[in-house]
Amino acid sequence: MAQTPSIAEEKTSSAVSSSKSITLRIARFNPQKDSDTSFMEFKVPVEKWTTVLEAILDVKKHFDHSVAVRYSCRQATCGSCGMVINGKPRLACFTKISELNSDTVTVEPMHNFPIIRDLAVRFDRLFNSHHKVKPYLIRDDTDVSSDTKEILQSPEELEQFIQFSNCIKCGLCNSACPTMATDSSFVGPQALAQAYRYVADSRDKGKDNRLKIIDESHGIWRCHFAGSCSQVCPKGVDPAMGIQLLRGYMLGFRS
Amino acid sequence: MLRLPWYTEWLLCLVNKMRESHIMKIHYGTALAAIGLVAVHILMRLTQGFAESLEYESVIENYKFLPYAGLLEIILILLSIHGFNGLRVILLELKQGRIYEKAVSYGCVAAMIGLIAYGSRTIIMVNTGMI
Amino acid sequence: MNPHDEHKEGIGGMANPGRYGIERIAYWLMRLTGLGLLGYFIAHIYETSNILRGQVGWDEFLDLTQTTEGHLFLTLVIGMCVFHTVNGIRVMLGHGGIGVGKPARPDYPYLPASQNSQHKIGIYSAIVLAAIAMVYGMAVMFGE
Repeated sequence: MAQTPSIAEEKTSSAVSSSKSITLRIARFNPQKDSDTSFMEFKVPVEKWTTVLEAILDVKKHFDHSVAVRYSCRQATCGSCGMVINGKPRLACFTKISELNSDTVTVEPMHNFPIIRDLAVRFDRLFNSHHKVKPYLIRDDTDVSSDTKEILQSPEELEQFIQFSNCIKCGLCNSACPTMATDSSFVGPQALAQAYRYVADSRDKGKDNRLKIIDESHGIWRCHFAGSCSQVCPKGVDPAMGIQLLRGYMLGFRS
Repeated sequence: MLRLPWYTEWLLCLVNKMRESHIMKIHYGTALAAIGLVAVHILMRLTQGFAESLEYESVIENYKFLPYAGLLEIILILLSIHGFNGLRVILLELKQGRIYEKAVSYGCVAAMIGLIAYGSRTIIMVNTGMI
Repeated sequence: MNPHDEHKEGIGGMANPGRYGIERIAYWLMRLTGLGLLGYFIAHIYETSNILRGQVGWDEFLDLTQTTEGHLFLTLVIGMCVFHTVNGIRVMLGHGGIGVGKPARPDYPYLPASQNSQHKIGIYSAIVLAAIAMVYGMAVMFGE
């Protein structure tokens, strides 16, 4: 019978049985005290299956509990632990140290997000942009009444947007985007992909409204199809595809 | 001093009111049109022989041939619009702020009009035999 | 403003294309070639305006540009022009939603359909065609 390790066992397993260790470099920055980012290095024991998040939590437990990191589900569902790992935005819980093929792992806060402290960043801008594109179904008959019926949808209609519903709002796409790197007003790939998600939904009637919202000088036209957002997305949302398909509506290629 | 034409203010006002999608459709349209016309322009150089085509008499002859002068004028307008709008896009993405963005937009439109006026002056003067 | 306020990656991050593959390199080259071509276009308009100075003025200016350095610069312009054109057509088609794949339920390892081989071939074609055009341009300019 397979044995399930207890939580206590799991917490200490890496320290007891590990045969390899790596250097974990963690960016430290407190906007209220520090003028610049510094890096602290820790020797962390790792196994083949150790994730970057587990290594950071190991540091918090055994070396320095003041390291600030946001995390929750540990299974790439909540979108909390996005950070720059060895130069690329990734989810810490979804990135195994063994797959990085490096004895040194550097973790930094996501770019294009204001730093709260160390690895934790503010999401205000992402959520504001997300909210701006009206991420909900817009219909004339939104009032739920007793005779409200199901709005039927065929599998083909569902396929049009289901991929984009997988967005967990981790912000990795916004962190990788080259436009976001310099443009403080850009809506960003996350919000634009969500705009497509609702525009492509056969139940939604808010297409014109949404297209108008993103048709501004820092809207959809500031995407240049570099595709970095899609390359870092941990859920296969492919924001670059959504944005181009959305732009297809505006250029008259889609109706 | 280079004086901007009378329609500058009207154009600036129009650009200010245009939606970004209209501007970008113009951006794509000017690019596509310019590809064909620039290809004709380059082929004309090559068919004449590169060095020969740059000789003074040859250039004057080209400018005096109305369809070719028209082609040059259209290329001038298309590439000025496409180029300066591209520059506007890059500059808008580099820095933000109301005054900066207005300055970039108006600056690029003014530069575009200035370049078209300057290039047209050459084409018109040579074509009409003013030199 | 404190640079940490927004923690933007800045031009340095935008200009570091190595992390995101050929698509990011194409994005960066598109910008550089666009700026380069605009610079050349303005210079070309000024260059051709020298015709108004008569034969002496035109020949004087031509002597400045028809040099080995001038030809090498023009070769670079040819390369920039071809890359910007071919990659521009690819990007325009992509912007219209053409060749970016179809939405579908994503499966692990979640390879993005928009970053497909069609677009990669488009980018490599733009680079190869630019190189061929540069070689041809050099043959024409230096062959005479």
